[in-house]
Amino acid sequence: MNLFADAIAWIFSPDRATGALPLSEAIGTHLAFTAVAVLLAALLAVPAGWVIGHTGRGREFAVALSGAARAVPSFGLVLLLVLLLGVTHKVAASTTAFVLLAVPPILAGAYTGVEAVDRRVVDGARSVGMTPGQVLRKVEVPLGLPLLIGGLRSATLQVVATVTLAGYVGSWGLGFYIVQGIQLRDFSQILGAALVIVVLAVVLDLLFALLERAVVPRGVSARRAEQSDPARRRRRREVATSAT
Amino acid sequence: MTWVLDNLDLIGRLTVEHLRQSALPILLGLLVSVPAGWLAFRFRLTRGLLLTAVGLLYTIPSLALFALLPPLLGISFLSEVNLIIALTVYAVAIMTRFVADALGSVEPSVRQSAVAVGYGPWRRFWQVDLPLAGPVVLAGLRVTAVSTISLATVGILIGIDNLGYLFTNGYQRQIVAEVLAGVVAVVAVALLVDLLLVLVGRLLMPWTRRRAAT
Repeated sequence: MNLFADAIAWIFSPDRATGALPLSEAIGTHLAFTAVAVLLAALLAVPAGWVIGHTGRGREFAVALSGAARAVPSFGLVLLLVLLLGVTHKVAASTTAFVLLAVPPILAGAYTGVEAVDRRVVDGARSVGMTPGQVLRKVEVPLGLPLLIGGLRSATLQVVATVTLAGYVGSWGLGFYIVQGIQLRDFSQILGAALVIVVLAVVLDLLFALLERAVVPRGVSARRAEQSDPARRRRRREVATSAT
Repeated sequence: MTWVLDNLDLIGRLTVEHLRQSALPILLGLLVSVPAGWLAFRFRLTRGLLLTAVGLLYTIPSLALFALLPPLLGISFLSEVNLIIALTVYAVAIMTRFVADALGSVEPSVRQSAVAVGYGPWRRFWQVDLPLAGPVVLAGLRVTAVSTISLATVGILIGIDNLGYLFTNGYQRQIVAEVLAGVVAVVAVALLVDLLLVLVGRLLMPWTRRRAAT
């Protein structure tokens, strides 16, 4: 437990406010990379996912993509893109890798959300005279929001983990402390940075968990529906397990 | 391409290492998650506790988990044991939820029929619940296998040689072909193991074949 005491001392040491990489700056960069990558990926994947879910076209492609994406080693992808775009464009190359890794879970969240809407509800919307656009906008998208947020949650955790690994290519983010700590054999720095990363990931996860509940439209008791519907639970799980 | 041809023996050796390091966590993950998933399925209290716990474990980024395990377990940071335990933790985190859902997907009337014709809890679990939950368990095992194989590459950061060696070595020596070969090799190994699991599943669960055909 002494190691943990040393690690906590490392986190709260006054040295963390100064030096080449202050802790607050590392946390800020880490969050900034994550936010930018998830937002860019959402801009690409959310509309595409809604269209796939609404029309059912391209579904096979989306399923195959999210399956295959799991096999792609995120660390290798970051290093590959940095080499391809050149070491002078490390930030752009790393961000591209983060965006590529965030797209599949968001896409899966968007299309499964739309797809999971009860067909009777969609038929009902159509029978009261809604156009396909209105059905998507007013029925399928709001009802599919919890699953979409689930996809964003997976993507965010995936990117937080990958930004950590990207500490290997640049002296940025919280992962750099670990990479540097390994070289210096400084275990209180390694463990201290790891604790900060865990807190960051858990807090982000918690925020998304709260958001997932908050976006359930009024009048929809999603929890009850979820418990009585194994197919819906399975879809949730597919979305949830597309990360690390 | 010439780099790959010149280093086929290196890639082969690293692939074997990679498979060896991934196989144990995948098997251990299955072994641990069957009882854990059953506990999560069976009792409301353990369900909440276990699913929250595995959810939290799954949230921890890999590099941070490598740093957390050694002081908790008294193992060395730069060791293969550290990598294998970390990968096992993720495997259990993914699989437990799948096993719980798989057991939950078994038709209650089937379970009641088994009880009615005299199956005890133990025999019913092995002969009725688990075989019927098989397809979903297999789906979980496939997800676990693919992500374990892909994640194992991070081991190179704590000095464990596997296909991840091609990433860092290729990066330091600025050989694009080497890093690309590493990524392709990992994806190929993961997809081959996935295919293998599908085939094993068809052999062990012949009844799923007919369902797929209809």
